[in-house]
Amino acid sequence: MRTYLDFEKSIADLEGKIQELRQSVGEAGVSVDDEIERLQSKVDDLLGDTYSKLTRWQKVQVARHAARPKFSDYVSRLVDDFAPLAGDRAFGEDQAIVGGPARFRGRSVIIMGHEKGADTAGRVAHNFGMASPEGYRKAIRLMDLAERFELPVITLVDTPGAYPGRGAEERGQAEAIASCTEKTLGLGTPVIACVVGEGGSGGAVALAAANAVIMFEHAVYSVISPEGCASILWKDAAGRGENKSPDAAEAMKISAEDLLALGVIDTVVPEPLGGAHRDPTLATERLGDAIESALAEFDGLDAETVKSRRRAKFLNLGRIGLS
Amino acid sequence: MNWLSNITPPGIKNMFRRPDDNADTLWLKCGGCGEMIFHRDLENTQRVCPACSHHMSIPAEDRLHAFFDDGKFEDIELPEAPVDPLKFRDERRYADRIKDARRKTGRQDAMRVAAGAVHGLPIVAACQDFAFMGGSMGCALGEAFLKGVEEAIKRNSALVAFSASGGARMQEGILSLMQMPRTTIGVQMMREAGLPYIVVLTHPTTGGVTASFAMLGDINIAEPGALIGFAGPRVIEQTIREKLPEGFQRSEFLKEKGMVDMVVHRHDLRDSIAKLVRVLTKNGSARSRISLGEGEATPAAKPPANDLDAVDKAAE
Repeated sequence: MRTYLDFEKSIADLEGKIQELRQSVGEAGVSVDDEIERLQSKVDDLLGDTYSKLTRWQKVQVARHAARPKFSDYVSRLVDDFAPLAGDRAFGEDQAIVGGPARFRGRSVIIMGHEKGADTAGRVAHNFGMASPEGYRKAIRLMDLAERFELPVITLVDTPGAYPGRGAEERGQAEAIASCTEKTLGLGTPVIACVVGEGGSGGAVALAAANAVIMFEHAVYSVISPEGCASILWKDAAGRGENKSPDAAEAMKISAEDLLALGVIDTVVPEPLGGAHRDPTLATERLGDAIESALAEFDGLDAETVKSRRRAKFLNLGRIGLS
Repeated sequence: MNWLSNITPPGIKNMFRRPDDNADTLWLKCGGCGEMIFHRDLENTQRVCPACSHHMSIPAEDRLHAFFDDGKFEDIELPEAPVDPLKFRDERRYADRIKDARRKTGRQDAMRVAAGAVHGLPIVAACQDFAFMGGSMGCALGEAFLKGVEEAIKRNSALVAFSASGGARMQEGILSLMQMPRTTIGVQMMREAGLPYIVVLTHPTTGGVTASFAMLGDINIAEPGALIGFAGPRVIEQTIREKLPEGFQRSEFLKEKGMVDMVVHRHDLRDSIAKLVRVLTKNGSARSRISLGEGEATPAAKPPANDLDAVDKAAE
């Protein structure tokens, strides 16, 4: 069963018809291939049309799609010999951030990212991709490894945000995020960040203070969730029970296209027809190509250059008189 | 309030009101003990309640005045930053909100940078002003912080950041989020220069500010009773569906959890910070200056004897 989003109703109807036709073949033995082909091309047209005109709020729905590929889906296709490492060596193991050494297209790398989990049990185990301080401290550990063994770092960002829980606060969520950001910024090896789903606030930026930031076409990246923003800035409307999240998503300019224009990200990776969840293999292939060419730009550069380029990129962001 | 004012309709009350009789500004109710305090008394105590020591919010101007020797400091001119880069509009236009905030506070944005001396030691202070849109962090704040770093390095002095913020300036979208890595780069520059970076966390410090420059001090100091955290208490309570205990996310709690080094009364900040800077920089001169030899220390690095006494007293 495919999960459809609320703006995919006509697509769902057509695909339902195709399904029915296929079943009727088995029953009556009549050939309906032509009809299926005709409907399929209609579906493709509709998908192409719908997905080329997604509003920012619709992109939020796509980025959070239950079937959207997760960290583990990408990693299984992207790298070999992945060895996920556990624990922050201080308090515990946080499964919201998964990572370890791996081979990516002929190079050794450290790959890590937020894992949201694929089913109910998985989502609970990975806390819906909302990391606790231990997760960020594990990320720091992994970056220590990257530094020592001179390995580039690939991060996959997909989180609603850092976990706003009691224990997380007690154990220094803010400090963990700040230190993780500092570690990323100070690394002498290249860091390539990929926003693959939701880039939620500080919990995302801790893994995205990178040399290059790659983003999927329908991924979103924002300072606060549209819901959070709406509840604070559209207080009156929210009080009347109106849903202002779509307005907040528009106003905050959270799409890949927006962020490319603002200079916050470097590359937009086009998604397969109808979103990454319709063809995870093709999506991962394209992502891999983008990571490979981003990494190639740093080949042969010394640690100081890698670091200072990353620093300059962030310092120049939004500066007047600089582009 | 007496029984008469309770039964008098507001229209009549206004008729008898003298124009300068503004009880809201002349008398302030302490948020800690409820005591009514005369405004001039509060000015003398740096807005610390004389009855219960509750630390109230203090405007950046007053803060800097109280912090530097003889209340003297140089205001550092801040670089231009993009205003309303997203052309943001919620129930109101961001451009209008910022205009209002500027008119109300007389400042350009939520951080001020000043240079001066504390017990004779050269110090640059970057001070967030909660009165300006809740001290929220946007492009202007990022630029101001980086300017503070630049000044501290240029002057070979310590940087003290006073934080007071609700977090990111949502109206600047992703660019407000980008101030987290940007200010963090500033902190790294201080570390590389071998100059002390001290944070004074004041009430309240939450969100992206806590999760960037405010938690990265060589030394983190908190004022008593300040709310300090990543997520706000309301968000946490909604997440875990239970009430948080008294004192959760307060300075004393953070010290107990190992997140801040010390909780220091506002009146003792000068002494504590001077003592730390003097020790860390071997009497006021930074690491990079030690090679010049002790005889060449700047005059500012030699505090007068009575100041040293004050510092020693604070150490007891």
